Amino acid sequence: MMKKIISAVFAILLLAAPLMMTSCEKEQSTGDATTLYVYNWGEYISDGTDGSLDVNRAFEEYCRNVLGKNVKVNYSTYSSNEDLYAKLSSGAVSYDVIIPSDYMAARLAAEDLIMDFDPKESIENYKYIDNRFKGLYYDPDEKFSVPYTFGTVGVIYNTKYVPEDDENIGSWALMWDEDYKGNILQFNNPRDAFATAQFYNKTNINSENPDDWRAALDLLVKQKNIVQGYVMDEVFNKMKGGSAAIAPYYAGDFFTMYGDNEDLAFYHPEEGTNVFVDVMCIPSSTKNFDLAKEYINFMLTEEIAVANAEYVCYAWPNTLVKDSEDYIAYMTEEVHPDAISILYDFDMSNMEFFHDLPDDTRLLMNSYWEELKIESNIGAAIYIICIVIVASLVAIFVIRFAIKRRRKYYFDKYSAG
Amino acid sequence: MKTLSRIYIPLIFLLLYAPILVVIIFSFNSAGSLNHFDSFSLHWYKELFSDAKALTALKNSLYLAVVSSLIATLIGTFAAFGISRMKNRHLKTAVMSVTNVPMMNPDIVTGVSMMLLFVAAMSVPFIPIKFGRATMLIAHTTFSLPYVILSILPRFKQMDRSICDAALDLGCTPTSTFFRIELPMVLPGIISGLMLGFTLSLDDFVISHFVSSPDFQTLPLYIYNQTAHEVKYSMYALCSLMVFAILILLFLVNFAGSVGKKKPKTAGGIK
Repeated sequence: MMKKIISAVFAILLLAAPLMMTSCEKEQSTGDATTLYVYNWGEYISDGTDGSLDVNRAFEEYCRNVLGKNVKVNYSTYSSNEDLYAKLSSGAVSYDVIIPSDYMAARLAAEDLIMDFDPKESIENYKYIDNRFKGLYYDPDEKFSVPYTFGTVGVIYNTKYVPEDDENIGSWALMWDEDYKGNILQFNNPRDAFATAQFYNKTNINSENPDDWRAALDLLVKQKNIVQGYVMDEVFNKMKGGSAAIAPYYAGDFFTMYGDNEDLAFYHPEEGTNVFVDVMCIPSSTKNFDLAKEYINFMLTEEIAVANAEYVCYAWPNTLVKDSEDYIAYMTEEVHPDAISILYDFDMSNMEFFHDLPDDTRLLMNSYWEELKIESNIGAAIYIICIVIVASLVAIFVIRFAIKRRRKYYFDKYSAG
Repeated sequence: MKTLSRIYIPLIFLLLYAPILVVIIFSFNSAGSLNHFDSFSLHWYKELFSDAKALTALKNSLYLAVVSSLIATLIGTFAAFGISRMKNRHLKTAVMSVTNVPMMNPDIVTGVSMMLLFVAAMSVPFIPIKFGRATMLIAHTTFSLPYVILSILPRFKQMDRSICDAALDLGCTPTSTFFRIELPMVLPGIISGLMLGFTLSLDDFVISHFVSSPDFQTLPLYIYNQTAHEVKYSMYALCSLMVFAILILLFLVNFAGSVGKKKPKTAGGIK
């Protein structure tokens, strides 16, 4: 009887503990402050390190002093659009402001995960957005997005290895140049890697024609012999340290590398290249719709936008930033002499956005990508090693079995005799 | 042949520890680079301790590890006690298999199913559950529980039951027999279970990834989310600190294990 009572008490405790915890937590969070949940890329806002402006604290202060509200910004980060999509579509957590890339904003809007808020009307500072970035393919009616940053992919090369008069500079052809065998890096994700080949091949990067993808794959297979490796993050260390000569990457990240190695140079290939826009959106699950709009508006004010632009080093689609003398001076003197022209001077007609690919095209791309990766010598070696190991295990087993049988045979024979 | 066998172990250790060594060495580099070592400096450690977000994440991680391992150990001790006393052998095997399922399950399955469970629970009225501290605590306790049980159970099996019988015979109540005889004898197992739960919870990324919320980010999540751009070098400092912490903990676990081994011997000696 005693036992039963004790176990009943424990069972109740076990069930009640999480409930008590959640209720405690509730009391903590619902003070008089409203919490605004902002979900952004990692390292994508000026956060107060190295003496920069802490934008989220500045917003809290703005709310307190100007709006008379007690607001706390909860800022968290993700590392890919797909992570963001997974979090948002699971419905586990709600956010108030998110910053997806163009194609992801289109997908989220199509699935009603973000809401319309008519930035033209409701966001006062929307007028400062560069006209080039209004009404783009993902949001033609300017209903649910406000551009935050944009960026382009270009080719980074080390002037120590690649002479200035190389005729391939300015073209994707540099990445297929046999002279730099073993010193070329390529993207380690299918979408970006195929795009480099497609631009070089002058086919559409959003093509739904399998032949175009096949042609791109052929080019990548051809390039494979001269490629040092397929990389993402490692590109920083490889290019900084000079262990690779040529790599495609984002213009904004080029400046990070240039900060450590002044031999590096950058260009936008003449065949065209990829451009992306990261936009501020409001998820449908928001609980602070008005405050979210206020935050977006705040991000477009001159002081804040300039602080962010100087911290992140990506290009800002905000005319206030581009015309700010302080910003131009900072970028030219501290970052790179040609920073402004690298970030902003390109022909928009030459630039292509990644669209969300239809499922069958995406599957095709992924299978081609696997084909490219598996064909490698290392892959073959692994298969051979596996086969050898399995074969030797089988051999050992068979031999031992044979020995055992023979022993048993002689044992029986002689013990009987 | 002899030289080959002599270099074998160091070679294995080198391969095992090379990545960690690189991180530790370059966390003391004054230049933010992996290519050249400028000079020894504690610059990145200083940077780390001025990074409020990283420190909050560290605090959350430690809180989670301590609390979840304590709860798991509490539940696990009683579970192990119960399982070791089971008389029906088939039932015992069945219970053991059920407790081992979460351990054998891939983390991603556990993570996704936890998330779905919590999402489903949120829509049920009268359950005020919210993603964050509570869901993380439940998830971490759940996945460290089988490890705790598994490290305590053998202690109960090894234990000399005649000592308990003697205590009962000499007039000890069953409750005080448990606290005065059995508990001290299985204590090393409990401690190593606690440490195991602590390190597992501190390490976990996959399950946390699914059940976390922006209010409650742990360190592995925080570091992972930085990988869209270059990972900050102060993270190297943080990783080295964690390696040291884990190393000390592991020493403690092994120490507790070796202390425990001696105990039954002396008990046997007296007998």
